[in-house]
Amino acid sequence: MSTIKKLTKNTLFLPIFCMILVMAANILYDAASGNFAFNFFTISIRNGVLYGRLIDVLNRGSEIAILAVGMTLVVSASAGTDISVGSVMSLSASMCCMLLAGFGVASASELQVPLIVGFAAGVLMGCVCGAFNGFLVAYLEIQPMVATLILYSAARAIGLLLCNNLIVYIRAGSFAKLGGFTGPIPTPIIVAVVCVVVMILILKKTALGLYIQSVGINKKASRIAGLNSQRIIMLCYIICGLCAGLAGIVNASRITSADSNNIGLNYELDAILSVALGGNSLGGGKFNLLGSIIGAYTIQAITTTLLALGVSTSEAPVYKAIIVIAIVVIQSPVFKDYLNKRSAKRAARARG
Amino acid sequence: MENNVLLTMRGITMTFPGVKALDNVDFTLRKGEIHALMGENGAGKSTLIKCLTGINAFEAGEIHVDGIQGPVVNHSTLDAQKKGISTVYQEVNLCPNLSVAENLYIGREPMTRFGTINRRKMIQGAQKIMQELDINIDVTENLENFSLAIQQMIAIARAVDMDCKALILDEPTSSLDDNEVEKLFVLMNKLKAQGVGIVFVTHFLEQVYAVCDRITVLRNGQLVGEYPIEDLPRVKLVAAMMGKDFDDLASIKSDEVVDYSNADVYIDAKGLSHKGTIKPFDFLLHKGEVVGLCGLLGSGRSELARVIYGADKAQTGTMKVNGKEVKINAPIDAMNLGMGLLPDDRKAEGIIGELSVRENIILAMQAKRGVFRLLPMSKQIEIADEYIKLIQIKTASKETLIKQLSGGNQQKVILARWLATNPDFLVLDEPTRGIDIGTKTEIQKLVLQLAGEGKSIIFISSEIEEMLRTCSRMVVLRDGAKVGELTGELTQNRVMQAIAGGADK
Ligand SMILES: Nc1ncnc2c1ncn2[C@@H]1O[C@H](COP(=O)(O)OP(=O)(O)OP(=O)(O)O)[C@@H](O)[C@H]1O
Ligand SMILES: [Mg+2]
Repeated sequence: MSTIKKLTKNTLFLPIFCMILVMAANILYDAASGNFAFNFFTISIRNGVLYGRLIDVLNRGSEIAILAVGMTLVVSASAGTDISVGSVMSLSASMCCMLLAGFGVASASELQVPLIVGFAAGVLMGCVCGAFNGFLVAYLEIQPMVATLILYSAARAIGLLLCNNLIVYIRAGSFAKLGGFTGPIPTPIIVAVVCVVVMILILKKTALGLYIQSVGINKKASRIAGLNSQRIIMLCYIICGLCAGLAGIVNASRITSADSNNIGLNYELDAILSVALGGNSLGGGKFNLLGSIIGAYTIQAITTTLLALGVSTSEAPVYKAIIVIAIVVIQSPVFKDYLNKRSAKRAARARG
Repeated sequence: MENNVLLTMRGITMTFPGVKALDNVDFTLRKGEIHALMGENGAGKSTLIKCLTGINAFEAGEIHVDGIQGPVVNHSTLDAQKKGISTVYQEVNLCPNLSVAENLYIGREPMTRFGTINRRKMIQGAQKIMQELDINIDVTENLENFSLAIQQMIAIARAVDMDCKALILDEPTSSLDDNEVEKLFVLMNKLKAQGVGIVFVTHFLEQVYAVCDRITVLRNGQLVGEYPIEDLPRVKLVAAMMGKDFDDLASIKSDEVVDYSNADVYIDAKGLSHKGTIKPFDFLLHKGEVVGLCGLLGSGRSELARVIYGADKAQTGTMKVNGKEVKINAPIDAMNLGMGLLPDDRKAEGIIGELSVRENIILAMQAKRGVFRLLPMSKQIEIADEYIKLIQIKTASKETLIKQLSGGNQQKVILARWLATNPDFLVLDEPTRGIDIGTKTEIQKLVLQLAGEGKSIIFISSEIEEMLRTCSRMVVLRDGAKVGELTGELTQNRVMQAIAGGADK
């Protein structure tokens, strides 16, 4: 096989290719509009912190990347998606801020409980939501979409109740750290990296990856071979909930408040899309975590690029949709098949 | 084209990554003949068929079909069907969650005047089709509720019911009993008389000599030759397939009758049952013993073994393993007691299609070790290599996805999965299903060898000869109940009589 062919056969080829495409668009735009061509990649230090479009993508993409970690597992094990992650983010943020500020308090500069307790409670809340989803899917065998629809609509409202219908502001400086900067580096980037690395380590050092894929591909056969598919699916949903909780508190810290109505709004779509862009089949089975992560940052890069191009926030989704359609079509099996058949035909013709 | 030729394939060549599956193969099918396509596992039989029906795109060669000008290239099974080529693939590929009737009529549903599906007509038609084959089932039930054998019959019925000039059957009899095979042969002969050309793939040589007129042999993707049946007696056929002389009928077990009733008891089950599949039964298994389960289709052979293993949870009764009372709630419990089960439905319960051969082999072993004790990669590779060599799994590499292996080789991988767990007790449900004669003998020998090491084995096969070659005792089942046991000298006659309900107890 030629090197090019080997390269294109790699599962990460298309996700990376798409990422590069988005970056190339940035370069072209900058060059065309007379700016420095590599504006996208320039990183400078302003006010003691890193600054630049690339940093912005990495920073703002953190939540999506964290969500993508959990979503990848859920998709693989249960051949379905968890559409509640956005709402669960919001609920976790509310839980966290409510504890920190005290119930019914709209703005607190003094923390009622230690910061770590607040964060832990937020993440735990996510785990509980995940366990609920997991129970419905794994043990009651409800379609994932339907099962997670419950928290999709309920979690945000529960969060609002926890916050007594208020937007709870936490004005203590320590709270903003998680969404702020550690030295010159935006903390969310660090959280996302840690999250991804921990997951990769788990997959490398334990048999979890094998179990999840096996169950996702063939539940019956996995059971005969000694796997407890229900427990494995449940675990995936709990991990997904944990990620949502984590993303929720990062987001709350970023805006130093629990804005129940807006935190994590539509994030589930970005998370699911990340998994798909990463070259993972939404039909479950084999997965590639790195692909999903690349997918997550690709989505953020598209969003950031569009905003940099001056597209208004209300119009951006339209362009985003067009780009996503193109990327998804490039990755579709039908399109790949078409390319394969074409090259096979060409090879046959060359042979005569 | 000769005037009785239905279709010709000339110079067909096809490569998969790492494997030349077909190399310049010719094949000719004539009207009103039954043509056996023979070869070892991985010889390229299924691939040749898939090239014909458009599932595989071949690189070189031509296909001509009677009545059609110029070379033909099909793009899908449906496409082939329109040209009169009807196919039953090796792995049943119907929809498990649709009813039998719907499966029989997919893509050609009878319509009402209003353009909706005429359900009544469909169900009546389905009932008629199944009755003609003498299979009495509720056609409105989902396909997945039926045994593999019934599913296979349904797939055949579907293919036959469509008007066709050529009928292609890829190992249609692999999980059928003698009775069903007989029914199938009657059907095939009827079609043959109507001038239909039939391609028949099987690893059962007797079946070839029972119905076929002509044999084409493939070996390693290459054509060995096409022979009229008279010119290729059994020994020569085996030699043509394997490329060497081999006596597949040679006895492998000593004829001496061994009495195990004084050996250590491994399993002592009392009153086990599972609602709807098997009535309460007692079962005793000694160390080093190979026990066969026999009975007609649907008699509960697989079901009995599944209850012991916990694949279907026992709802009544007690079980002792090595003298200790145990409770098995799920297969993993049984595995931890040293058991293993090779299921008969390879596609549904055996292979994890998108995982590699290596991962499929180590899966059960890993499941036993638990999630935190991942087998080191070097160990995984070692085990995979060992079994690939031991039972001659033909695969491009150990990282090849199992779904890309030929049917027989997939079966070997699943067998390897269980051997790797080093079980004390193994249920082998149709272990040689779809496996070629050479390897079949190897597996039978392996079973006897395991027994020699003191392991207990339940052997289930629709082929009685095979059980006679390996088992020292037979349990007879009828209508979901254990009705008797055969010990002492086992003969074909005794077993047949017992199955049919004769007096022998
Ligand atoms: N989808 C695939 N991808 C890669 N290799 C394949 C694929 N399908 C078949 N092969 C390879 O092609 C060869 C021929 O396989 P084929 O299924 O035709 O064998 P077969 O003669 O039908 O064997 P069996 O008796 O076991 O069914 C094998 O070496 C197999 O590994
Ligand atoms: Mg085959």
